[in-house]
Amino acid sequence: MQFFGGSAAADMTPSPAAPPGTATGLAGNNANMLYIFNRNGVCLLYREWHRPLHTLDAQQDQKLMFGLLFSLRSFTAKIDPTSVDKGNLGVPLFPGQGCSFYSFRTNTYKLSFMESPSGIKILHLTIDFIFLLFAKFVMRSTGVKSSSMIQHHPSSPSPLPESPDLDKFARSSVASCSISNEIYLFQFRTIHVLKYHFVT
Amino acid sequence: MAAIYNLFIINKSGGLIFYKDYGSAGRMDTNDSLRLASLWHSMHAISQQLSPTTGCFGIELLQADNFDLHCFQSLTGTKFFVVCEPGAQHMEGLLKVIYELYTDFVLKNPFYEMEMPIRCELFDIHLSQAIQKDRLVLLGR
Repeated sequence: MQFFGGSAAADMTPSPAAPPGTATGLAGNNANMLYIFNRNGVCLLYREWHRPLHTLDAQQDQKLMFGLLFSLRSFTAKIDPTSVDKGNLGVPLFPGQGCSFYSFRTNTYKLSFMESPSGIKILHLTIDFIFLLFAKFVMRSTGVKSSSMIQHHPSSPSPLPESPDLDKFARSSVASCSISNEIYLFQFRTIHVLKYHFVT
Repeated sequence: MAAIYNLFIINKSGGLIFYKDYGSAGRMDTNDSLRLASLWHSMHAISQQLSPTTGCFGIELLQADNFDLHCFQSLTGTKFFVVCEPGAQHMEGLLKVIYELYTDFVLKNPFYEMEMPIRCELFDIHLSQAIQKDRLVLLGR
């Protein structure tokens, strides 16, 4: 099994452009990024929606992300407290071998990770803004009991505070829906990219 | 039952200064725990670089298939992390308690040298009490 073997410039097909009207115009810090890697560490697809901070150029960023994934995978396989035979640290693991992780969280973002049996790694990186909004509008609201249901229906009287920020909340949640639709759309497109990658 | 599997404390340059096992299945030897500690240190740093926004302080929670890892970094860069059962609650609170014990019984110990492995009896005693209390709370629920 070959790791870090592919060269990104030769193997990568040009990614389709983001549909118009989805990449910009989102208010606030709701960053969304999607990475798809093949098992050689080549980034097959990278897409970002509103990323405020770029510290590295795109290729370095993807390399660093794959490196982090690779190390975290061997870290979790080694530290796994429930299995007795854990192998050696740093040895490349086959997809599905050993204990894997599915997400991590920092104070600014959350990364979700999925590895398919063929070794395709899909990552979704997002600001945990749904929770932030929950904290901001529900937990701070004096009218909500901690154990009661949150009734948020357009026609029913809402326990959420009436404020201009609430409109922004609604707009951004609509925007986030369009983002997730777009991710599904990209999964279809990705199949074409992957087909190209493996058939040719 | 063990809610907590192991506890690591690493200094600001990634060296392991304290490690305690509370009943994980496969015993790790010293070399492996040292390697894991420095690996965690570097991954913590990389996760800060990959943040899409400013002001990121590194991984707080890593969720894996068989365990959760909670990490707390003090202002001086010392990292405390516990490996626990998936979905274990109140781990942030426990890490804060451990940090408090560290400041009280390690840093105030006149014979302790900074950034060196922790060998303080009082710290060990109070730590095992804190972990025990945490387990009792867990059993009581």
